[in-house]
Amino acid sequence: MLTSTTSSAVVLGNTLLSPQAKEPQRRGIIELSGVTKRFGDSAAVDRLDLRIAAGTYCCLLGPSGCGKTTTLRLLAGHETPTAGDILLDDQSIIGLPPARRGTAMMFQSYALFPHLNVLDNVAFSLRMRGIGKAERHSRARDMLSLVEMEAYLTRLPIQLSGGQQQRVALARALVTDPSALLLDEPLSALDPFLRGKVRSELKRLHRELGISFVHVTHSQDEALALADLIVLMRAGRIEQQGEPEALFDRPRTAFVARFMGGHNIVRRAGRAIAVRADRTRLGYAGLAANIVGIEYTGTGFSIALKDAEGEEYSVLQPEITGLAPGQAAHLVWDRADERLLDAA
Amino acid sequence: MSSSPPEAGALPAVTSAAVAQAPLWQAAPLTLVLLGFFVFPLLATAVVSFWDYTEYALIPDFTFRNYHEMFQGCADFSAGGCTTLRTYLSTFRLCVMVWAITLVLGVAVAYFLAFCVRSDMLRMTLFLLCTAPFLTSNIIRMVSWVPLLGREGAINRGLMQIGLVAEPLEWLLFSEFAVVLAFVHLYTLFVTVPVFNSMLRIDPRLLEAARDAGAGFWRTLWHVVLPLAKPGMVIGSIFVIVLVMGDFVTVGVMGGQQIASVGKIIQVQMSYLQFPAAAAQAMVLLGLVLLLIIALTRIVDIRREL
Repeated sequence: MLTSTTSSAVVLGNTLLSPQAKEPQRRGIIELSGVTKRFGDSAAVDRLDLRIAAGTYCCLLGPSGCGKTTTLRLLAGHETPTAGDILLDDQSIIGLPPARRGTAMMFQSYALFPHLNVLDNVAFSLRMRGIGKAERHSRARDMLSLVEMEAYLTRLPIQLSGGQQQRVALARALVTDPSALLLDEPLSALDPFLRGKVRSELKRLHRELGISFVHVTHSQDEALALADLIVLMRAGRIEQQGEPEALFDRPRTAFVARFMGGHNIVRRAGRAIAVRADRTRLGYAGLAANIVGIEYTGTGFSIALKDAEGEEYSVLQPEITGLAPGQAAHLVWDRADERLLDAA
Repeated sequence: MSSSPPEAGALPAVTSAAVAQAPLWQAAPLTLVLLGFFVFPLLATAVVSFWDYTEYALIPDFTFRNYHEMFQGCADFSAGGCTTLRTYLSTFRLCVMVWAITLVLGVAVAYFLAFCVRSDMLRMTLFLLCTAPFLTSNIIRMVSWVPLLGREGAINRGLMQIGLVAEPLEWLLFSEFAVVLAFVHLYTLFVTVPVFNSMLRIDPRLLEAARDAGAGFWRTLWHVVLPLAKPGMVIGSIFVIVLVMGDFVTVGVMGGQQIASVGKIIQVQMSYLQFPAAAAQAMVLLGLVLLLIIALTRIVDIRREL
């Protein structure tokens, strides 16, 4: 985004950004220790411990109701934790109002003010800080050129497309120069084509700003594509966290393997193991199962199988010569590709 | 109400001319009702306002006598202006007071219902509770203030018993205070309902976004909620202004027949069978209220809301 703007540098708060700047100063160390949030009797977030290093792109991933959005809202200050402490850049931010935390939130479906034009939407938080009209408008303009929306200053949100609204929301969140940008399902309102485009823009923005991004999503594709750190949550707790490759290649539990997808889970002698579907092949001796369906995926074929107990498996292969639904088959894999799963 | 012709062959017996007329027939009943009960009386009033009259007869004519008499002496401010002008000023005064109070109360109640009450069930229950007084007639609701506010009323007795006042407060009843009180009681709901409707359409995330941007309660209200609730506020204002400007019953009962209002003048002229004079008054009042409504709708496009 930035490299294509005509101006060579954009002033962001007190950070000077330019396309040449390779290493912006990294900030936004986020620490949650023993954070619990109860709604009535149920704990939406249960004794959560998490450390996010400065300038990390962190994805909070999980099914709906796992506590990821609550965690984000606790960070933003829109919820107060029942117990525990939250630190941003080594300062406790518990009890601080959202605007004084050094975080900024981009809301799901953006929550742009419908009665204000693009420029005033972006300048709103500066206005609330008592910054004069000339300065807040010039800073808002800088932000809007960072997201390539400088041509739409006087439009109302309703006159913008979904992707444009998203850029304005991003500019609005970034205008206060936060150390941590909190994104609540930022891509869910976009069509799939735009989603891929915005994904790469988010990534680039993250690289250029050097601040931490915390991105809530239920899509493992999104998390794998964007994150430096994936935190997979389940029922208010962290099921597994790590780099995308680690999470995908070495799932700790059956839940992780299932949620990340692309794994077969095999029960053997009371223990479960996971094997990646792209490392599973069809052979002549091994786990017996029947082919129930074959789908063409473009790069190859996805073969769905079911064994005698009704467990489902899938195999990714480049060729399906001689295979058809209804046939009996055997699944084989290398010993080295087996991942022993925790009993949980 | 669609006027699109049916598919060819679907209704072979219907000719295209009949199809073209169908929307007219569909609109006819409502048109007739409006013509008979709205347009005709209005035109009749306009016509009668130009008639002449004596103590015992109406004389069809085309005279400006009624309008002329209405504004007689209005240019002479040394004598305190004419009755008509003073009456209008008094009515406007009432109207502005009632409008301001109902707007503040209505917005406060609507805000509470729309944003402070979390459960939909409770919200609707409380909303229906607000409308409960409308199950009784407004005369009864008005008259029921009398035992409370009168010389020997509950409030005066209470105040005297605890020794706050030595004599009963005279201004509680049959006063401008009583009239405003009754109007506020009667009409706050007319503001609450449209404002509540406007506020329900505001995404609660906008309030959070404002908080995220550092706006406190009052600035969120001023910069986000009120601008978005404006259509409801305008609709409510129109209700209140129209009702108060034309009222004569509340002003009469609660003002002890002591307070002047335009509606009251019309009523008195009617009781003396001076129909043409009353009609002229009514036409002027109608014109003024229409001007007010036009001015309000210039501020906000309320069609968006309807």
